[in-house]
Amino acid sequence: MIPELGHFALIMALCMALVQAVFPLAGAARGNVAWMSLARPAARVQLVFLLITFSALVHAFIVNDFSVAYVARNSNTMLPLIYRISAVWGAHEGSLLLWILILGLWTFAVTVFSHHLPEQFVARVLGVMGLVSIGFLLFILLTSNPFIRDAFPPPDGADLNPLLQDLGLVIHPPMLYTGYVGFSVAFGFAIAALLGGKLDMAWARWSRPWTVMAWVFLTLGIALGSWWAYYELGWGGWWFWDPVENASFMPWLTGTALIHSLAATEKRGVFKNWTVLLAICAFSLSLLGTFLVRSGVLTSVHAFANDPARGVFILALLGVVIGGSLALYAWRAPGTFISSSYGLFSREMFLLVNSTLLTVAMGAVLLGTIYPLIIETLGGKVSVGAPYFNSVFIPLMVPLVIVLGCGAWARWKSDAWDRQWQHLRFAVFGSLIIGVLLAAMLDGAGALRTALGVALASWIILSTGILFYTRTRSGPDLLTTLKTHPRSFYGMCLAHVGFAITIIGLVITSNYSTDLHKRMKPGARAELAGYTFELTDIHTITGPNYDATEAAIRVWRGAKIVTELHTQKRIYRVRDMPMTEAGIRPGLTRDLYVSLGEPLGNGEWSVRLYYKPFVRWLWLGALFMACGGVLAVTDRRYRQIRLQATDPQSVIVAGATAKP
Amino acid sequence: MNPRRRKLMLSVTFIVLGMGVATALALKAFQQNLLYFYSPVQVAAGEAPTTRPFRIGGLVVAGSVKRDVESLAVRFVLTDTLREITVDYEGILPDLFREGQGIVANGRLRPDGTFEASEVLAKHDENYMPPEVADALTAAGVQLPYRAKNTAP
Repeated sequence: MIPELGHFALIMALCMALVQAVFPLAGAARGNVAWMSLARPAARVQLVFLLITFSALVHAFIVNDFSVAYVARNSNTMLPLIYRISAVWGAHEGSLLLWILILGLWTFAVTVFSHHLPEQFVARVLGVMGLVSIGFLLFILLTSNPFIRDAFPPPDGADLNPLLQDLGLVIHPPMLYTGYVGFSVAFGFAIAALLGGKLDMAWARWSRPWTVMAWVFLTLGIALGSWWAYYELGWGGWWFWDPVENASFMPWLTGTALIHSLAATEKRGVFKNWTVLLAICAFSLSLLGTFLVRSGVLTSVHAFANDPARGVFILALLGVVIGGSLALYAWRAPGTFISSSYGLFSREMFLLVNSTLLTVAMGAVLLGTIYPLIIETLGGKVSVGAPYFNSVFIPLMVPLVIVLGCGAWARWKSDAWDRQWQHLRFAVFGSLIIGVLLAAMLDGAGALRTALGVALASWIILSTGILFYTRTRSGPDLLTTLKTHPRSFYGMCLAHVGFAITIIGLVITSNYSTDLHKRMKPGARAELAGYTFELTDIHTITGPNYDATEAAIRVWRGAKIVTELHTQKRIYRVRDMPMTEAGIRPGLTRDLYVSLGEPLGNGEWSVRLYYKPFVRWLWLGALFMACGGVLAVTDRRYRQIRLQATDPQSVIVAGATAKP
Repeated sequence: MNPRRRKLMLSVTFIVLGMGVATALALKAFQQNLLYFYSPVQVAAGEAPTTRPFRIGGLVVAGSVKRDVESLAVRFVLTDTLREITVDYEGILPDLFREGQGIVANGRLRPDGTFEASEVLAKHDENYMPPEVADALTAAGVQLPYRAKNTAP
């Protein structure tokens, strides 16, 4: 009964999405206020129905209703409760349902935090988001319905893929999807501005906090995914340039370009066309990412052909969204490329250079990701490996970092070389000295690369530090001076330092990680990076839905015991599938990482031992970037608008000034 | 030329230049890093390159996995049911490496016709058949009991 209720609520949500799309958009076009005012209630009621639908599916998983085919395929009575809940988004149908629920939540947020915006504009934004919702709901209802019943339910379910039975997977997809879907708000704002023909600085200001928030979630989602792969796949890798990762990385690159371009549009009214184009691209890539990962296209174009209905629908939906918005862009975008004057040496120029670099990098990733698919449809078989991505991506990031340091410093409109040089020379010399010292001190094949990477990161940190210092040193006392600067300034500093931290982690861990694959039996020892690893014991363990062999490995540094690590080789009973649980001792400057390989007979096992310096910095940097984003979103100038909005008089004023 | 024009030209020049450099980088990297896939039949027919690495895939022949007693060296035979090829690998095999399972290996062909693998891949799903392997088997006339369906994230 409850699954049918969920199915029914899903259909009702579609009806609400139709109302939310059709009336507000038509009303905005004809100036019909009553129709426009339907946008908010329709969006809110839609969210209620989506919550009912989602709860119904969660309920089916909790009570082990295996008559629902989707539950039977992805759950099991022995599965712990938390994984039964996260199994909801463990496969295609449920993850689409999560996607649409998150879209509902973002839409709801727009209805709440948009009272300072002109009614017509809000109607258009919500209308566009309603259109997106219609597309997804139709896709779920017609091709990927999770509520379909099986006439002959199996006695027990097929279990969730053991790889996904992990806390990381409980939070990684919702976080990533919140980022993906968040770009639908930026997309809605961009399309609404194109429809209204008002692509102005006010539009950029309204759009900015939403875009930054989506970017924050996406940053966290990607970092979580990388961290999850690191500990769950059992061989210490944290980024593989796998198509699934690229699918989330492409919107991130575009989103990063977008938030910077939006800054220029908000402050100076420049790059309007470019910003709108980036907003359209970011959302299109999010859609592409969602479908690429979940539809199975990436494994093989043939998987696409297995289910032609899904394939055709996806292509049609992508075609409508991308083609439609680009057509609208071509038709409505303002004609001039440069709408306000700025000098060659100005913050605008630096921002333009960097958003171009980010977009080019995104294009390179896109090419490497879809090239095998194109070749496969032509009948060939080819794969593009990590070396391709590294050799294209990294050279593009070097100028990006150099420009970043100058750009954060440069004044809007125009700046002088000598003013910059006066301050930045300390950062230039400082990072050069660090680089040269490192190159001289380090040895090994990666010494030069590490020195270059750390020097570039130091350049970001030093130039940000000098910027921070010069901005805050004048004034009566530190606290009052700190208060005079907008939060977005601190957000920017924090995010840029975070980027530098990630770079440091990346170069050091890539160039100085060492590993050892060894045959070991209890009592055996191995040396790695100054540590002694001793396999002390191997025993068996029984888990709720798996049996495991656990190895205890004691790690010594000289005569001192550093830690004892436990690593397991699990066999999940239902799918008879082996899984490795790594044993990790995290640290700020190094991780010690062990994982059990395979039994080799005579009580011997193959064991992987890893020493991974600075690997935590990768995710720490991402955390800094996300915090920086949050800080920027809470900036006073976005909050003030909200406070003013309680005063009806100022709403009218705000609405009036927003007109061209 | 007025300043506005000049800036437009400069911006466009920069973008075109950036795109050009990136394209050159990409094409160069492409040439060096594309890995083509060959099935055991194609290798036996001499179609596979001998000078550069490529991918190979097939089913691990039951009973063919031989381990060295001292090191982590392992030797096994891959088949597409028509032809076989011997693969050497040194290291730890992936969790889902089993006899009878479809796997993919990256590496080079040795002059003696054996394959030296630098990497062995088996996807994380017990039903999963690497698409290349599935195609190679279908080409060899094998009826697959199931069609590969990937559920990994």
